[in-house]
Amino acid sequence: MNAPTNSTAAPVLSVRNLTTSFRTDMGIVTAIDGVSFDLAAGETLGIVGESGCGKTVTSKSIMRLLPEHLTIYGPDSEVLFEGSDLMKANERTMRRVRGDKIAMIFQEPMTSLNPVFRIGWQLEEALKYHTDLNRSERRERAIEMLRLVEIPNPEHRVREYPHQLSGGMRQRVMIAIALCCEPSILIADEPTTALDVTIQAQILDLMASLKKKLNTAIMLITHDLGVIAQVCDRVLVMYAGRVIEDASVHDIFYRPQHPYTQALLESIPRSGGKERGKRLPTIEGMVPSLHELPSGCRFSERCRYCEDRCVQEEPDLLRAEDGRRVRCHFPLSTDRTAAARGET
Amino acid sequence: MWAYVLRKLLYNIPVYFGIILLMMAALRVNDPVNNYLGKHPTPEQRLALEKDMGLDQPFIVQYVRFIVHIPLLDFGDSWKYEGTTVRERLIRAVPPSLSFTVPTLLAAAMISIVVSLVSAYYRGRPVDKTLMILAVLGMSVSYLVYIILGQFFGAFWPREAQWSLAPFAISGYEPWIGMKDVEGGGSAFFFSPTTWVTYCLLPVIVGVIVAMGYDTRFYRAVMVEECTRDYIITALAKGATKRKIMFVHMLKNALIPIVTRVMTTLPFLITGSILLEMFFNIPGMGKTLITAINDNDFPMIQGFVAVFAAVMILTIILTDVIYALVDPRVRLS
Ligand SMILES: Nc1ncnc2c1ncn2[C@@H]1O[C@H](COP(=O)(O)OP(=O)(O)OP(=O)(O)O)[C@@H](O)[C@H]1O
Ligand code: SF4
Ligand SMILES: [Mg+2]
Repeated sequence: MNAPTNSTAAPVLSVRNLTTSFRTDMGIVTAIDGVSFDLAAGETLGIVGESGCGKTVTSKSIMRLLPEHLTIYGPDSEVLFEGSDLMKANERTMRRVRGDKIAMIFQEPMTSLNPVFRIGWQLEEALKYHTDLNRSERRERAIEMLRLVEIPNPEHRVREYPHQLSGGMRQRVMIAIALCCEPSILIADEPTTALDVTIQAQILDLMASLKKKLNTAIMLITHDLGVIAQVCDRVLVMYAGRVIEDASVHDIFYRPQHPYTQALLESIPRSGGKERGKRLPTIEGMVPSLHELPSGCRFSERCRYCEDRCVQEEPDLLRAEDGRRVRCHFPLSTDRTAAARGET
Repeated sequence: MWAYVLRKLLYNIPVYFGIILLMMAALRVNDPVNNYLGKHPTPEQRLALEKDMGLDQPFIVQYVRFIVHIPLLDFGDSWKYEGTTVRERLIRAVPPSLSFTVPTLLAAAMISIVVSLVSAYYRGRPVDKTLMILAVLGMSVSYLVYIILGQFFGAFWPREAQWSLAPFAISGYEPWIGMKDVEGGGSAFFFSPTTWVTYCLLPVIVGVIVAMGYDTRFYRAVMVEECTRDYIITALAKGATKRKIMFVHMLKNALIPIVTRVMTTLPFLITGSILLEMFFNIPGMGKTLITAINDNDFPMIQGFVAVFAAVMILTIILTDVIYALVDPRVRLS
């Protein structure tokens, strides 16, 4: 785990006020609302939150991969990348960014690869779009990439089809595809969720070592705080379409300020210690539906520190002097956290 | 793969023999000679026909003899058209059928695949809705309406209006490709696209319009399913264009259902569309079969069914082989 990257370096990506709504049969729903954050070069930023909080929508919005005709972006949403706003970029520019400058890998390695094309072809496809390499150079590069992601016998593998590979191997192939043009940002949307634990650890190790080698900034989306602890520098916690806390991994784990972050931490199963054998604490209540969000704090219905003010007025995402951000009227102090820990 | 094909062929030989057995038995339930000659044939006429087709022999002898002659397509002589063999008449009917069924099949498949890809990709949007309304309209209107309208506006009306160039013929049929006897002996190859336009283009257009309605809707359902697959978003995230996604990624995945559908329509190549051949007076397989049935031309019917059954079986084997070629997950074994 590295210390959080110094905030003076210019970020590679700045997301400002990203608001994404969908046209649905039940009217327009806003899946993410005013999401803002920076991603520093070479940083690994974790995004956590319960299912449906908008992690995937955030990442797909950045690459503009959502179905165009159903998606409405907020008028003041900005995705600043290499000096331009991707929200205003045309389709051509977006295509040049996708796969070359910003790459993405997905949760389902079993279905993310096209079943009817050879591994080599799928790797070389990205190179074809983004480089001037000729056919044999592309093949060479594909093999080199497979070797980089530690796939044994890459000369042979390029000629195989996805169904001939295991889930872990396929996710390695996905990583190879994503990194073959040496992007400055890799967005990984739950890259290990579908894999079993040992493979999961291998993939995370691989990502961490590749990040160092290629100096790629990573946005790692997960709902597994264990994964965050293992590889991230900084964490963005999301709840019901909002960023509710943004702090270094260390602070998130040892000094969470938002009651939701605290509740998330309490729900991690810890091995050893007195908690073993006890029922896993889960966060009570349900995530509010996007159709009927509470008018005050979105977490108020489930928050154990909820006060009148919380129900009436939604807190802003305030930045403290140390750079941490939290969206809560009554952020937790260190003492309070410790006290809360003791209770459970 | 060749081992597979060979094995499949061997497995299907008994099936084929079974089909022939049933067909021959069925055609003998009503005395074919009586059917052809009417109720009161003279004994000499009877005897001549029975001898001709060996109908006086025990069934098993007839059966074995028939099967032995299949490889040479030797099905005897036509009763109706004396002096011509069944084989000659069948072979002569193939080119006219193919000259409009092959273009119809290809054009219908290609147009409906493109339309369905676009429709599926933009599903729910105005483009898709317009295309689907057109498809439903296309398939809801009867074949006959298209034929009548086509013949009226394409052939009859221009002729009445004394246009210098009537695009299509009202009746008759001339071959547009093949060998022709030349004066002074010998024969020469000839090929005339304009003759094809005159006699074949209109049936092709009608055939395509009707087939497209069904095909487009079928293919669209296939493509819509492909649209929701994860590999699409992977390809998008790689920087692929919509065109690449539709015509490379989705199309290759959709090939299995496409092949299935195209293969089921393949026998149409051989039989021709009976309706189209009748209305456009094309002397193809369909028309030949119908004529033979009307004439109770027993040797013709028997030969035709034998050929048709063989074509069906070969189509099924070919379908399996194509599956394996288009989808790496299918293994022939
Ligand atoms: N195309 C869409 N149309 C309508 N609503 C959508 C669409 N895509 C996502 N949503 C909604 O946006 C919200 C956020 O979804 P998102 O997929 O970002 O969640 P997530 O945080 O990635 O959850 P998970 O952990 O389950 O992947 C969900 O409530 C979802 O229903
Ligand atoms: S604002 Fe109030 S309800 Fe919301 S998280 Fe903070 S304490 Fe809880
Ligand atoms: Mg998700």
